[in-house]
Amino acid sequence: MSVSQSQSRLMTSGVRARPRRPARSGPRLLTAAAGLLVVVALVQTVLTGVSAVRWAVVFAALIALGELLRLNLPGDREAAPIGTACALAYALLIRVGPVAARHSALQVVAVAGVAMIVGALPHVAAGRPARLVSMASRLLAVAGAAWVIRPLAGSVAVVRHWGMALAVMAALLAAAWLVNVVIEAVARAAALRTRLRVTFTDELRVQGLLGVAVGASAALIVFAAEAMGLAAVAVFIAPLLVTQVAFRRYAGIRATYLQTVRALARVTEIGGYVEPGHADRVSRLAVAAGRELGLPERALLELQYAALIHDIGQLSLPDPIPGGGTVRSCPEDQRRIAELGAEVIEQAKVLDSVAEIVRRQSDPYLGRPGADAGPPPLSSRIIRAANAFDDLAGSSPGPARAAAVVGQLRLDSGAGYDPDVVEALGRVIARRTPPGRA
Amino acid sequence: MGRLSRATWLYIGAVVAAAVFAVAHGPFTGIEWSRVAVLAVLFLICESTPTALLPSRLAWSPGYAATLASVVLVGPAGAAIVGFVSALSLRRVPLIQQRVFNGAMYALSAYAAGRVFLALGGTVGIPARDSFSELIGPFAGAAAAHIVTNYGMVTVVLRLTSGGESGQGLLNLRLSLPDLGYAAFGLLIAALWSVVGPFAPILVLIPLFVARWAIAQFADQQRAYEATLRVLCQAVETKDFYTRGHSERVSKGSVMIARAIGMRPERVEAIRFAGMLHDVGKLGVPTKVLQKTGKLTEEEYAAIQLHPLRGLEIIQEIGFLDEALAGIMHHHERIDGCGYPMGLAGDEIPEFARVLSVADAFDCMTSTRSYRGARSVADAVAELRRCSGSQFDPAFVDALVAAVERDGWQSPDAPVPPPGERIEAATHDHDDPAAPLRVMGTR
Repeated sequence: MSVSQSQSRLMTSGVRARPRRPARSGPRLLTAAAGLLVVVALVQTVLTGVSAVRWAVVFAALIALGELLRLNLPGDREAAPIGTACALAYALLIRVGPVAARHSALQVVAVAGVAMIVGALPHVAAGRPARLVSMASRLLAVAGAAWVIRPLAGSVAVVRHWGMALAVMAALLAAAWLVNVVIEAVARAAALRTRLRVTFTDELRVQGLLGVAVGASAALIVFAAEAMGLAAVAVFIAPLLVTQVAFRRYAGIRATYLQTVRALARVTEIGGYVEPGHADRVSRLAVAAGRELGLPERALLELQYAALIHDIGQLSLPDPIPGGGTVRSCPEDQRRIAELGAEVIEQAKVLDSVAEIVRRQSDPYLGRPGADAGPPPLSSRIIRAANAFDDLAGSSPGPARAAAVVGQLRLDSGAGYDPDVVEALGRVIARRTPPGRA
Repeated sequence: MGRLSRATWLYIGAVVAAAVFAVAHGPFTGIEWSRVAVLAVLFLICESTPTALLPSRLAWSPGYAATLASVVLVGPAGAAIVGFVSALSLRRVPLIQQRVFNGAMYALSAYAAGRVFLALGGTVGIPARDSFSELIGPFAGAAAAHIVTNYGMVTVVLRLTSGGESGQGLLNLRLSLPDLGYAAFGLLIAALWSVVGPFAPILVLIPLFVARWAIAQFADQQRAYEATLRVLCQAVETKDFYTRGHSERVSKGSVMIARAIGMRPERVEAIRFAGMLHDVGKLGVPTKVLQKTGKLTEEEYAAIQLHPLRGLEIIQEIGFLDEALAGIMHHHERIDGCGYPMGLAGDEIPEFARVLSVADAFDCMTSTRSYRGARSVADAVAELRRCSGSQFDPAFVDALVAAVERDGWQSPDAPVPPPGERIEAATHDHDDPAAPLRVMGTR
């Protein structure tokens, strides 16, 4: 089906849709380019002969190990700090002991590329995703650094002053890190259909400090190889290993935390207060709409938490309200549930912003008349609309029904749904239920 | 360290005198003062980073890296001077004598490390290239000496100030393995000094400080996570006025039993959560049934019997130890096989479940219920003993009784119903062994 055709159908069904962007082709192109680069580098290196085979093998082993010890980061990301640090160090290597390093940039790409693929194989074998885009982005960052520094390596080896060497190295590492962040941000923006500016700042926030640690370790390894020879290289991974362990625990507890919030959401379902699956559907819809509206990742996480437990206030009622706390129940009941829910969440003391989102979820988007609290936060407005959609449309509406419900919400905008949020919701829903499949 | 005893004063005085004497003794030959200054600043930065928020198993002690690098780079006297800087730490230390003691203690242990380093054949100064392997032996000795003297002095001062509490010293020594790891970074700093000079410590410490940032985030999330679990428990308890605080106390009782029988710390942690969440499945039981007066119908009894399974349904996706889940699922089984939901008997019942069931019943009996007042601890113990072997595992009953005798048990105050609010009064509690649930058609 052509783009224009799908668009016109959406228009007639009352949902205005953006033309569908080619979401996946950018990342695919990137991966293909990186793969091609590795093949070319490999052929070239084999043809011209490998320089300093022993070093190449040691670094390849460390890079592969680093790739094996990948690290999950918040927001479904993966990094390989040890692998990246070793690959960057191999690109920047000046000398090992007294011997100057003379390997070419293409050899760096070949060694790093092959080692990364070898290190990723066990992940694939274990059924985990290979994460080609993220691997490609790391490899391209390393290739960039190597491409700048390798031709100069001979003359850098002449520079006796470490201050100079350190400054050059710091600049190159920063540039490589920026390349990595930009590529990841572009890929993410394409995959999640959100703005590049938003994904870029998200990426900086998550990867920023880890990048600094990786860069410092890469410099450390280069200098250690010079001072103490090849054997010391492995030893100087140790500080980064500490970093990696700390990050792993951080990511682990974050995942557990989200599961706990989900458990809280399930409580209302098992208690018979809401229909099964409601919390999950509302949270998915709300997050998608929030992303469409350009919310950054931190706000999206809060939105997800709030959406999951937006009905928690019902637990404070002795028994379920007939019909649940749906959009059909009277505004006083809805407000009471929202207030009680916020009180429950506030007991946690660390989720105050989530509590505020839940408290204001039943307020009309310009604020309650007579109340001086002003308009509710955007996240509350999103939950209000997503909740109403789920209550009215049910668990798996067909496209016609979904479009009709969105239309109904749009008509009700005066009554309290934020028109921008309703439009965003409409776009999300139109994408989710393509009319062609009806 | 509020008001210090005379012994403590004498001890602090002795440590300070020893440190001053050691530094005065030298040797000072060949110390490069600019290097001492750089290392001192570095140590001060490490020492000024707060450590209090850390979970115990992720120690953060980069200060060792700085003092041990000093041992290699500037020798015993120089390292002692670097150690003194600890007295200037920006961390909030309330008392001046505490600062002086810290400084003297670090100085003395750094000096001891330096002496050991020299005795084992180490050479002071920037290590020559390729001398890495010769350094390792003396350095390991120095690191061990540093840590042991440091912990020794801290242990003594803690004993003196806390009035001879035992166990404190052992607790500290258990932490020393990560410290040894941080100490090893000192060698890396010293070895790199020949290539990048004072940037060596910066390069080594950057990844460590980033790690510290991640650990702080971890600690934040951990707190948030526990707070959320507590919300989950409170959500359960809002349903029944009289059981408020029950989850927390069962959690406490289970931990007391677990510690008494010597469970590993991870398992104690898991049982703490299991105790907090053991009744979460009650949310799936209609309030009417929980608070019903009189006998239950078969269906109502079945609904109550299902609550452990409902609980499992709610929390099974949280990344707990599987043992905690098994404990919650089976905490109403009885040793004689007459419990629910599965009717397991004896050793078939998971250990966690047997622990939870004892703590659960004990707290229920010592709390006020709408249909009876709280029993005394002695009465509750007698009841546990009576049911020991039929309902409860005798080993865990003994463990709880012993722990309660040693540490005491804080029975909750009788709840005061808020005025104007009508409390639905239940006439039974499913946890109460002395008042079993009555089902129609039986007895």
